[in-house]
Amino acid sequence: MTTTIVPATPRVLPPLGPTRKLKLPKQAERTLPNGLTVIAVRRPAVPLVELRLWMPFGRAHLARGAMLSQTLLSGTATHTATQIAAELQKVGGGLSAGIDPDRLMLSGAGLVTGLGRMLEILADVLTGATYPTEWVDTERDRLVDRIQVAQSQPAHLARTALLKRIYGRHPYAVQTPEPDQVRAVRPPVLRRLHAERVHPAGAVLVLVGDVQPERALDAAELALAGWRGDGQQIDLPPAPPLEPGPLLLVDRPGSVQSSLRIALPAVPRTHPDHAALQLANLLFGGYFSSRWTENIREDKGYTYGPHSTVEHSVAGSVLVASADVATEVTGPALLETTYELGRLATLMPKPDELEQARQYALGTLQLGMSTQAGLASLTSAYAGNGLRLDFLAEHAARLAKATVADVAEVAARYLAPAKAVTVVLGDADRVEGQLSALTPVRREPA
Amino acid sequence: MPTRRAKIPATKYPIERFRLDNGLRVVLTPDRSAPVIGVAVVYDVGIRSEPEGRTGFAHLFEHLMFQGSENLEKLAHFRHVQGAGGTFNGSTHLDYTDYYETLPANALERALFLEADRMRGPRLTEENLRNQVDVVKEEIRVNVLNRPYGGFPWLTLPPVMFDTFPNAHDGYGSFDDLESATVADAADFFRRYYASGNAVLAVSGDIDVAEATTLIERHFGDVPARPAPARPDFTEPELTVERRHAYTDALAPLPAVAGAWRVPDPIDDFTGYLPYVVLAEVLTDGDASRLVERLVQRDRTVTGLGGYLSFMGDPFDVRDPTALLLQAHLPPGGDVDKVLGAIDEELDRLAADGLTDGELARTQARMATHLLRDTDAVLGRALRMAVLEQQRGEPGLLNELPRLVGEVTEEQVRAAAATLRPERRAAVEVIPGGAR
Repeated sequence: MTTTIVPATPRVLPPLGPTRKLKLPKQAERTLPNGLTVIAVRRPAVPLVELRLWMPFGRAHLARGAMLSQTLLSGTATHTATQIAAELQKVGGGLSAGIDPDRLMLSGAGLVTGLGRMLEILADVLTGATYPTEWVDTERDRLVDRIQVAQSQPAHLARTALLKRIYGRHPYAVQTPEPDQVRAVRPPVLRRLHAERVHPAGAVLVLVGDVQPERALDAAELALAGWRGDGQQIDLPPAPPLEPGPLLLVDRPGSVQSSLRIALPAVPRTHPDHAALQLANLLFGGYFSSRWTENIREDKGYTYGPHSTVEHSVAGSVLVASADVATEVTGPALLETTYELGRLATLMPKPDELEQARQYALGTLQLGMSTQAGLASLTSAYAGNGLRLDFLAEHAARLAKATVADVAEVAARYLAPAKAVTVVLGDADRVEGQLSALTPVRREPA
Repeated sequence: MPTRRAKIPATKYPIERFRLDNGLRVVLTPDRSAPVIGVAVVYDVGIRSEPEGRTGFAHLFEHLMFQGSENLEKLAHFRHVQGAGGTFNGSTHLDYTDYYETLPANALERALFLEADRMRGPRLTEENLRNQVDVVKEEIRVNVLNRPYGGFPWLTLPPVMFDTFPNAHDGYGSFDDLESATVADAADFFRRYYASGNAVLAVSGDIDVAEATTLIERHFGDVPARPAPARPDFTEPELTVERRHAYTDALAPLPAVAGAWRVPDPIDDFTGYLPYVVLAEVLTDGDASRLVERLVQRDRTVTGLGGYLSFMGDPFDVRDPTALLLQAHLPPGGDVDKVLGAIDEELDRLAADGLTDGELARTQARMATHLLRDTDAVLGRALRMAVLEQQRGEPGLLNELPRLVGEVTEEQVRAAAATLRPERRAAVEVIPGGAR
């Protein structure tokens, strides 16, 4: 039954206006004598400044690194944790620390009038974090609790199983410490890790906002010139290539959905295939108007938010496709997924389909640069991988040039279902039969 | 000597407002700092308006608005937005439902066409309805049923605090109700609530006001005029005796608790309401806040803490009745009564002794940063201004909020704290059924 009558004279979709060229914001960069690189970018839209400090942290001890990021802001010789938070608040500011296998990151934002003060507090923390025992005790218990909560979440469990399956013995394989490892971390170990690894050499500070870039660099230099310490450079080994094999089924008894995770090979941002791969990923599952979403969501109703993304890390890149599907349609969802990957890897895409994905890729570059926070995160992610904002223009040019043949070739190379590593977290007793009908399955307890 | 306070800055986004003959209200807020635009259409209908026996219908209907319209096949909306380099979404709130796009500026006319087309009428078919019921069920599974703390507290606290269906029911909906929904229900819902007179269109970003006005008249001018329905009275009496409820979450490994207190009418008594927005931040924003110091650091009875206004955390987009919420996650074996008792003590102390030197000013400065940061996103301005127009006729309030927050006085915050008495509280406790 249709309740809306389609008009006799259809209205025509208006064309797009002329495309505006990608315009990079005003920026400046300086490497300080202590080895810290500072990049300042101007976007004066609101009177704020965004801050991102990227510090290389590869191969750090997992539990100690996690505890260090949890307690980095917990006190200095001159300020308690509460005072640090209050002093930052006074200028509308805040800082938070996060860690992954590549880097330790301090991020924040505040009123631009408080930039100098935020940088002073940042310097105080970097040069004088004391890791007071009482705070470390509290934060240790909180981290243990957080890990326990994470371990009850299907998204976390599926991610954990996938990383272990992909990376084997590489440092990327395990990214969350076990509670017992966290319980063993004491303040002296944190102070030592800080002394060894929290260094300006190789670090990149990004400041974005209502600033004059050169003046922001001066402010950063004034505040952070006293941050010292030369660690030796610690490189991560390259991530191992994917090794396809039986589908790994991780049991989560009673689960009402199955978390389907598929890893496929990918290349770094600078690789000649990258732009075409990004487009191929969009065609497959990288945006809503992708084949995968239109199939398993809009046609079949198996899932709410399927998506696939190329994830870039310092030691390698990987394409990950994720969907949480109803338990009873786990097999059918995998079947459609394999079908869509196979179709893309073996048949040419249509020119208008590629054009649509290309416009999306180019348009969202503009959107990503249109806020201070977006610019700061992009600049920092690029810088952490040795790139600068001008790479955007280069990447846009490659996106504009990629042909149907380029995308088909790249899809065959990277998106072929034969190259996939697949992990399913779900109620194994209910889904193993469905999955085994399609592919060999290896079952594991959670 | 009191600490010198940071000067609270303001934005000066210009605003044009007008109304088309069919009753559609329009807000334009140009800003040419980046070549992007935000387009938002907000309908004055939400979870509180859905009929009994049709829980979750407002949200299900939101999905149906993406399933094709007068001149657009299924999937066309998504493809036209994304094929223009844009992103889209929609969301269902207690008092409104929004539909929006962020796009490169050259796609303005396209976005207006797409929104006007579905305002004239979505394609409501049995096939699309069944498909989206399935999708919504998966949405509920992924966000509520298959994870720990699903729906806590936004779905689990309202039925403790409220007695009437509009305020108390589950806005995501029961599977039975969702499966019972019909195309006729959807057509009725559209006719009643998706009227031009019940909607606001806001466009922000890199636009020329004269050109945008012409385009809006071109595309929305012939949307048939239908008046806004009368808004029902959703008021409920305040609590005079504390209400408590506890339930077992089979997946949750640790206990949690949330408490809520009614607050003044956010629209009719904005001056009375604003101190509560500030109070929530004084209590919970960061390591230097009252409750984090007390519960997390000193007592160690809580490992995570949040405080905010309104069940969906949208303090300036909600009507009466609403609440100030505090929620806490506890360590293994944690004692919920002890936590609630300590919160009561801290509220008493705040009401009796007031704030420390600089405590209010630094909280206000931090709030200004959060407010300004949200408005930096072009879509943030369109969405907020559309709702401010709809609920208050005052989109320019967005420019004023940092200043108004900054003008809240210590006396007002103390007075607000004094009203958060245990006997006015509704609380819900999560008993961990998934402890290992």
